[in-house]
Amino acid sequence: MLCVNMSEMGSMVKDSFSLRLFHGLGKRTMNVVNNLGTASIFFSLSFLKIFQPKQFREIIHQVLFIGARSSSIVILVGLFTGMVLGLQLYYTLTKFGSEGVLGSVVALSLIRELGPVLTAIMITARAGSAMTAEIGILRISEQIDALYTMKIDPLRYLISPRIAASIISFPLLTAFFDLIGILGGYLTGVLLLGVDQGAYYYRIQSYVELADIRGGFIKSLVFAILVSTTCCYQGYFTHLRTDSYGAKSVSLSTTSAVVLSCVMILVSDYVVTSLLM
Amino acid sequence: METPLIEFRNVTKRFNEKTVLDKTDLRIYENQITTIIGKSGTGKSVLLKHIIGLLSPDEGSIFFRGRPVHEMKKGEWEGYRSQISYMFQNNALFDSLSVFENIALPLRQTTNLKKKNIEQKVMSRIEQMELTDVVRKYPSELSGGMQKRVALARALATDPAIVLFDEPTTGQDPIRKNVILSMIAHYRKRFGFTAVLISHDIPDVFFISDRILLLWEGKIAFHGTYEELTGLTHPLIDEFLRSIEGLRDELTGLLSKEMFRSRYALSLGRGSVEVTSTAVLFGVRVDILAEALGTQASIEILKALGEHANNYFGLVGGFSVRHKRDEFLTILPNTGLDKTERLVHDFALKFQQDILPGVRSHTAAKTGYEACFEIFVIAGVTQCGPLDDIERLLAKAKANQKILARYPCGKEGV
Repeated sequence: MLCVNMSEMGSMVKDSFSLRLFHGLGKRTMNVVNNLGTASIFFSLSFLKIFQPKQFREIIHQVLFIGARSSSIVILVGLFTGMVLGLQLYYTLTKFGSEGVLGSVVALSLIRELGPVLTAIMITARAGSAMTAEIGILRISEQIDALYTMKIDPLRYLISPRIAASIISFPLLTAFFDLIGILGGYLTGVLLLGVDQGAYYYRIQSYVELADIRGGFIKSLVFAILVSTTCCYQGYFTHLRTDSYGAKSVSLSTTSAVVLSCVMILVSDYVVTSLLM
Repeated sequence: METPLIEFRNVTKRFNEKTVLDKTDLRIYENQITTIIGKSGTGKSVLLKHIIGLLSPDEGSIFFRGRPVHEMKKGEWEGYRSQISYMFQNNALFDSLSVFENIALPLRQTTNLKKKNIEQKVMSRIEQMELTDVVRKYPSELSGGMQKRVALARALATDPAIVLFDEPTTGQDPIRKNVILSMIAHYRKRFGFTAVLISHDIPDVFFISDRILLLWEGKIAFHGTYEELTGLTHPLIDEFLRSIEGLRDELTGLLSKEMFRSRYALSLGRGSVEVTSTAVLFGVRVDILAEALGTQASIEILKALGEHANNYFGLVGGFSVRHKRDEFLTILPNTGLDKTERLVHDFALKFQQDILPGVRSHTAAKTGYEACFEIFVIAGVTQCGPLDDIERLLAKAKANQKILARYPCGKEGV
């Protein structure tokens, strides 16, 4: 009798464990699908509102914040990325006796891959986190509700300008990053390690094609949409978090926004690259 | 029968397991000031948020001019919403915008007014709210009271037809509190909007309210005028008013109704009546005064009358209560009718000579009303009979009421 009971208990525990596992998994999946759906609608509505009246001023204001004010950090990161690439690739290429192609390798790495990815990550860290925190605070202090009561559409007033500004700023900053990175590679490759100056630029000109630049541009656009939507979405729905309230929820939303944006940049980078290949 | 401007029918709202509004029915009429009172956390703000559409009911319907809100088309709904303005409990000012920008925001974003017109409109609101010194400051640099006034200015900036005020006077000093209440009453009269207020400033808020709604456990337990509210002996209302009023009337410092009743019962003794006791019923016409001077001035006069009665009759063992919005009842134990009449006459003379001129200059300074006005104080004296309860005393005293003191346009005379 005791054996039967033990066996029944074992199966009950097993059942309840597997039940809980499936329940948890199902709940998480539903949650992810729900969030993806909501975020898509959120982006679509906000994107359409970019073209409504009284948006120009707000968009310019956001371009200043997201774009212009991120330029210094982009210059710094771009310069050192280019310099490190110049150093690393020089020693690698020397082994094959092909240090003459340094310029083209640095330029292609930056234009096709590193430029869009690192620029997007830098903007996420600097402006994306600020977007989430600002919108989150507006939400928890009822300022978004106040906009609604004043008949000001919060998506139009708060989200659309940020998405528009990101779409404008990301490609521009990426181009800026690429340019500075190529100069950084020149500094280490040509000035420090003695690669021929003419060969450095000539190889860039001959190997870099418009398709490479277009690919980098498309990536930066995709990142702009993903980062701005993720950051704004996290801030806008801060009040719906179930794991925290108030200031804590803003801090968690900001963390989630940065982490999710970075993950999405890397995942989408792979997807876009494979599609462009 | 008049169609309500806004009507709730069986509105239920739940947050998780908690039912905040439970089949609530209410009516708000046009061009009236409706005040919603109730204990903290009973869902007063939730109720207001349903009106403006920030929340929607789980069950039941909300009607605007008899039309269900949930059946409105987008354009109609937008039209409804554009008539409503909301003043939040915590102000909800934009921290990154200056006072000017906060007030200008709805005008800039929702109208096609020119920059100059917006500036004029905003500056006029700023001047009305006495905020001219802080135009360029940010909300975090202002005191709580000033933030409230900025929020009020923003709520009125678009000249709305319906204004929802969520505790507009919380955190204000008594003078500002009265200024805000007077301003709401004044603007209501001037612009003809409908106001819905949530307030704990009892009794001050009753002076400007046309209708009062008591929200109790998710339902409207009472709706009616202030007189009807105080006249009722419903246990809910008694409990609520007692919890708000405490031992003293906040406006005048007189005894609360409950305390007065106990003291009156005590003065009667164990069934043996003090036959020599007398009762005096004083009154001023607050509605007429408010019409001429504004709510703040009339409250000041009422307050002065209450305080003066308390001080004057307290010396001879009397005790008083504000039994209605603008009436006081004083009991003078161990005092005969003749003596009481002499006391009341002296009281009136002193009130007329010393108190009223002070009140007039004070209210003129605070409100800016320099117009000529006349104040009448009326009083009725009666003897307390052995079987007189308070209601009977009031009726007897009321029958004897006559003009006691008059302050006609700065000239004295009885």
